[in-house]
Amino acid sequence: MLSQIEGSRAVAETVGHCRPQVICAYPISPQTHIVEALSALVKSGRLTACEFVNVESEFAAMSVAIGASAAGARAYTATASQGLLYMAEALYNASGLGLPIVMTVANRAIGAPINIWNDHSDAMSQRDSGWIQLYAEDNQAAADLHVLAFRLAEELSTPVMVCMDGFVLTHAVEAVDVPSQAAVDRFLPAFQPRQVLDPDAPLTIGAMVGPEAFTEVRYLAHTNQLRALARLPELADQFAATFHRDLDALVSPYRCDDASTVVVALGSVLGTLKDTVDGMRTAGMPIGVLGLTAFRPFPAAAIKTAIGAAKRIVVLERAFAAGAGGIVSADLAPVLPADRELYTVVAGLGGRPVTRDSLRETLAAAFAGRLAPLTFLDLDERLLRAAEEVPS
Amino acid sequence: MTQHVRFYQTGSFAVGNRLLPAEARTVQSDPTRANSLTSGHRACRGCGEALGARYVLDAAMRATGGRLVTVNATGCLEVFSTPYPESSWRVPWLHSLFGNAPAVASGVAAALKARGRTDIRVLGQGGDGGTVDIGFGALSGMFERGDDVLFVCYDNQGYMNTGVQRSGATPPAARTSTTQAVGPAPGNVFGQGKSAPLIAMAHEIPYVATATIADLHDLESKVERAMGLHGARYLHVLVPCPLGWGSDAAQTVRIARLAVQSGLFPVFEAERGAVSAVSPIRHRVLVEEYLRPQARFRHLFEPERRADVIDGLQAIADRNIRRFGLLPGEQT
Amino acid sequence: MKPPFAITLRVGSSLANKTGAWRTERPVYLDRLPPCNDACPAGENVQGWLYHAESGDYETAWRTLMRDNPFPAVMGRVCYHPCQTACNRGQLDDAVGINAVERFLGDEAIRRGWTVPVTAPPSGKRVLVVGAGPSGLAAAYHLRLLGHEVTVRDAASRAGGMMRYGIPAYRLARDVLDAEIDRIAAMGVTIELSHAVPDAGAALREFDAVFLAVGAQLSRRTEIPAGDSARILDALRVLHDVAEGEPPMLGQRVVVYGGGNTAMDVARTARRLGATDAVVVYRRTRERMPAQPFEVAEAEQEGVRMRWLSTIAAAGGGTVKVERMRLDESGYPRPTGEFEELTADSVVLAIGQDVDRTVVSHLPHVSVVDGVVQVGDDMMTGQPGVFAGGDMVPSPRTVTAAVGHGKQAARHIDGWLRGQPYVPPPRHPLATFERLNTWYYSDAPATVRPTLDAARRVDTFDEVVGGLDEGSALFEARRCLSCGNCFECDNCFGVCPDNAVVKLGPGERYAIDLDFCKGCGICVTECPCGAIDLVPEDT
Repeated sequence: MLSQIEGSRAVAETVGHCRPQVICAYPISPQTHIVEALSALVKSGRLTACEFVNVESEFAAMSVAIGASAAGARAYTATASQGLLYMAEALYNASGLGLPIVMTVANRAIGAPINIWNDHSDAMSQRDSGWIQLYAEDNQAAADLHVLAFRLAEELSTPVMVCMDGFVLTHAVEAVDVPSQAAVDRFLPAFQPRQVLDPDAPLTIGAMVGPEAFTEVRYLAHTNQLRALARLPELADQFAATFHRDLDALVSPYRCDDASTVVVALGSVLGTLKDTVDGMRTAGMPIGVLGLTAFRPFPAAAIKTAIGAAKRIVVLERAFAAGAGGIVSADLAPVLPADRELYTVVAGLGGRPVTRDSLRETLAAAFAGRLAPLTFLDLDERLLRAAEEVPS
Repeated sequence: MTQHVRFYQTGSFAVGNRLLPAEARTVQSDPTRANSLTSGHRACRGCGEALGARYVLDAAMRATGGRLVTVNATGCLEVFSTPYPESSWRVPWLHSLFGNAPAVASGVAAALKARGRTDIRVLGQGGDGGTVDIGFGALSGMFERGDDVLFVCYDNQGYMNTGVQRSGATPPAARTSTTQAVGPAPGNVFGQGKSAPLIAMAHEIPYVATATIADLHDLESKVERAMGLHGARYLHVLVPCPLGWGSDAAQTVRIARLAVQSGLFPVFEAERGAVSAVSPIRHRVLVEEYLRPQARFRHLFEPERRADVIDGLQAIADRNIRRFGLLPGEQT
Repeated sequence: MKPPFAITLRVGSSLANKTGAWRTERPVYLDRLPPCNDACPAGENVQGWLYHAESGDYETAWRTLMRDNPFPAVMGRVCYHPCQTACNRGQLDDAVGINAVERFLGDEAIRRGWTVPVTAPPSGKRVLVVGAGPSGLAAAYHLRLLGHEVTVRDAASRAGGMMRYGIPAYRLARDVLDAEIDRIAAMGVTIELSHAVPDAGAALREFDAVFLAVGAQLSRRTEIPAGDSARILDALRVLHDVAEGEPPMLGQRVVVYGGGNTAMDVARTARRLGATDAVVVYRRTRERMPAQPFEVAEAEQEGVRMRWLSTIAAAGGGTVKVERMRLDESGYPRPTGEFEELTADSVVLAIGQDVDRTVVSHLPHVSVVDGVVQVGDDMMTGQPGVFAGGDMVPSPRTVTAAVGHGKQAARHIDGWLRGQPYVPPPRHPLATFERLNTWYYSDAPATVRPTLDAARRVDTFDEVVGGLDEGSALFEARRCLSCGNCFECDNCFGVCPDNAVVKLGPGERYAIDLDFCKGCGICVTECPCGAIDLVPEDT
């Protein structure tokens, strides 16, 4: 049932319907509305058999989730930006221990300079943490992906991060069909932990592993995560059967079939991109958009299939590796056949709006063969000149 | 003259006592004790922490009827007990990170509560580094929330696992590899360091206690007491480290005893932020007797005796004795 | 789902890692000789019987004691308890009141009528014991236990020897003495009284072996110029006559000459016989007196006066002439030529006893040196088959030493009779105080035995020193530190960081699990009684 609802609340309601048993959170913009709503759900008694733990840091939030998951509870938390970095050590630990925690990342820039607005720097910084990363294009996807995330996490016994753009999605009021409790219950079985702290069957969890087995541990984590590439489309099909709507679990191609140019992007910018592409198509330019829902594991085969014969690939990056360039581009490059052109456009850092006009102009330049391999969208030359002036 | 006091040769000082009724004997004297930390671990010869951990966990196992799960911070205890492919633990045990054990324990407690498994109790443990330094934020959070966890710090007064560096629990004048015995003020700095138990008390949690491996009856009774309560509880156990303290492996328990008898390590209990009981000093010794067997204090005696520094340490002991009333009946 | 590879492990799997390989030294349990046992002239396993008394098992304690000494109740009254002098606890607070516990056990046995069964098969050998004093009766008891047929002959009309005729009743109640002697007789020992044995050699024709224990019953005399009216008696005669119920007339003022326990006994007896003034005259100082300090103290409490550094120069006419002495550099008393007169109705000489050697006078191979019969380590005289012990051989001349001789002699006689010489077991090294970890023992000063009020005791032969009640006896037993021998306190079992000590169960002590023992030595340091050593591993 569609309702006009804030993204954060839609996610909170959905998470609540996933019957988490431990929720822990430390407040950070723009994640706050999610955990506030969940806190109210627990406090009001609408969400039962659930402990809401107000922790003293994001590091503690992930740590509480680790403990809870190891003790057999479905555990959830949410964070953003500095918070994600503050829990970085624990992120690697959760994935290393194979604990199926689900976490929302309300994507936000990383300081300094401190900036509360949206980009993907935070989640991208943790792309190698061993977590599965799913990026939501809109709030319906954000809500739906959480249901999928719990199912996938628990099947693979590995943690899943659902990334939704801060403010742009978290604070946007849109029409969302919040997954109903009954439907979620049909889709998501009760948590059957792979290992659990249990006096009746004691285990030692978290041993020290030396050179003799460390590589194998990492190899197994890799192959386990790759299983998601096959499992995600299957789960998406099941999801569609249960919830009667489609969910792009790996990639979402848009007008790519006959495109000579494909723009690759993640998150809410895909909506603007699709509008832009529609306009360019009208103008006769064969261009398409490829959204990546899964960034970890990296859906190389699905991407390859989606881009087909397109000879020009433009990656719209919401984060940036200083001194190197695009982050998604770097993962994409080895996937592409040698005859393709690859462009990186860094856009929307720290909440800078990504406008249709700018996109159209930049993509047109690509068509004209005028686009540099690495471009910063709407880079303000006036400010750069001001930055070079010697302060008096 | 009739002696009405019950008297049992070794009284309550030795581990066991054939003269005591079975229920009054220690957990450690029981041949069917849990041996929560079992043989084959790789702790150094004479490790106080290995001993302390078994004392605490076996007592907790008895107190909970075996319904116990544990969370362990990174550190010696974790490393020597769980190198793949061998574990020395016989209790459910989880190691996550160095600085998060109290929070992980909170998570475990929250999970058990949510799952309706409050029959199972949670014990977190770590060394002084994991407790009073890197894990202190998590510990304080666990305390103030009142999470149903007993957290035990095995205090060996330094980062022993990484090669004996200074921690916030290292005593003044002690030589560590980051407070070396060189220069005009050798060893750790006077006026630094913190009392985790006193800070724990400031949270007004139900129970805070200190103990050592030198008084098993006291330690076990405190664990039993702690496990009989709910909410956040803290137990701080002094566990000498032969490697880091430069003491003879055979002297580990004795040195813990001297720490108490000198007044340098006050043994007490506190409830809701107020000291409720102290273990009086039985045979008082000067701090020098405690310092001498430890190479980390050798620079106080060689090449010449540093009376000024020894006096400084004695002053700390004297203050403890006054502050906690460790010598009842003595005018202080 | 299987738990994660390598990161999750099976519990207890470290048992595969045998840390014993680290060890360079290993702990070894041992037994050391406790100083009480070492000091006991009767060779009692003091610590052994205290161990049972600690648990309240008084009968087992008593039976353990009885393995070495058939006179616990007597010992508990008259033994000078060198065990307590040696007791390590004396360096901690006060020595364990071993003697008081022994008395308690002895009295408890009499009260409960505990007896000692003879279970050894009859040997067919007959042994004659000459003298029914402590040494003879102890020998008889042990020989009987070993299956021999024993006859004890004594010239006196009653058994007990010096226990009856030398020790006053106020120190040793006669019903107690009778009970312990009767218990020996009840084991099948034949005691023939008023039956002197003039010739040990002749007796050997009738018996397979003879044990001589006639004591030292001849009072030594000294040359004192004495007038006709002087009443001079010897101490043993006085004590004997009192014991026989025929006390001599000593008068109001009695001078006792000598500084040993007998002098004290006589002086205290004189007070009980009505003497208003009893003075002990001794030529040296209090410090050099052979009498036990407690006897001197009790005598003084009863009003006995002491004159140190004095000799009796002459006696007669109701006075005694006393010369002052001084000690020279070597501590020997020298006359000063200064004299003084004391009023005295009688003088009792208590200056030592000699051995009546009639019984060996026909045996040329029996050697006598300094008036006492010489025996070998096996207690045998120069005459094969004739053994001797007690006061008639070189000895400290105490009841306890005599009892010890009796036991030793019995074992050697048994070996001799069986043709298998008795070899005493090797003695363990001594359990010294330094080896103890005294931290573990409760602080507890000694229990004091009740004593009769001094004013009352001067006119009664009731026992001066009372016994402990059960609670006090238990307390006192539990003050034992069990020096050098495991008492199963579980310390080693508890303090091992590697769980490498195995508890074998009550009475079975512990074992070291060498698979895991790293040799740290904490068990050694923390053993209260010093019963573990750390020894180097063989390389």
